[in-house]
Amino acid sequence: MDMQIPTDWYLTLAAILFFLGSLGIMIRRNVLIMFMCIELMLNAVNLTFVAASRHFGSFDGQVAVLFILVVAASEVVVGLAIIVSIFSKRSSASVDDLSLSKG
Amino acid sequence: MIQIGSFLFLAILILLGASIVIFAKNPVHNAIGLVLTLISLAVLYLTMSATFIAMVQILVYAGAVMTLFLFVIMMIGVDKEEERRESIKVQSFLVVGLVFLLFGLLTYVSLVSGFKWDLLFPQAEYAVIGSPESIASLLFTEWVLPFESVSILLIVATAGAISLAYGKNRNLG
Repeated sequence: MDMQIPTDWYLTLAAILFFLGSLGIMIRRNVLIMFMCIELMLNAVNLTFVAASRHFGSFDGQVAVLFILVVAASEVVVGLAIIVSIFSKRSSASVDDLSLSKG
Repeated sequence: MIQIGSFLFLAILILLGASIVIFAKNPVHNAIGLVLTLISLAVLYLTMSATFIAMVQILVYAGAVMTLFLFVIMMIGVDKEEERRESIKVQSFLVVGLVFLLFGLLTYVSLVSGFKWDLLFPQAEYAVIGSPESIASLLFTEWVLPFESVSILLIVATAGAISLAYGKNRNLG
């Protein structure tokens, strides 16, 4: 019997990837890089779904990955459009300058 | 043996790319690191026999999303220094605390599970191969309502992006 990789390894890798993504959200100020970190976290969740799908022998996880992918793509489209339109007004990519809706 | 080797190699590549995304100073380097992570993840999906997801990952993420990111990086410009001033008083302490909390939670969960998740939930005897046919047969029967709503979401996102690009401060055309 050939050696199967245990599902825990995939889950651990996904957890570390999610941790790195949230770390990036917290320590960076550049809007674009924070967006990339959101992508990292979404990919960590995708990896969890595919690992669970492989573990339980069902396709539902992979279908869920497909939906996450679509939502991530539309999120990037709208988010980058917002960033570009903000940047055309105040020419800064730092989140600290975007305090217009502060109470 | 070769499975473990390829898994470890891909895991190292994925985490290397993720660290580049977080720590690199130049946004173009961050984008390249993200490409590294996404393509390594696609290869990892291939080794998990999720072939369709791997292909979609390369097409959508490494292709479309990264192109969009690079476009915006080129438009905005890469030579901006990141500011280090604190807008909230105890910002850095807060971040350090949150990071330790999150990391502690992560290690706690993995220690409690003791890498024995396989024993709690028995693994399926058979392997599934995520071919386009098998995914489509599920997508167009059980998941057809989420599928339709996601198509509405895509249309709304496209319309939103267009209306943001041609805002009221710009003349159309």
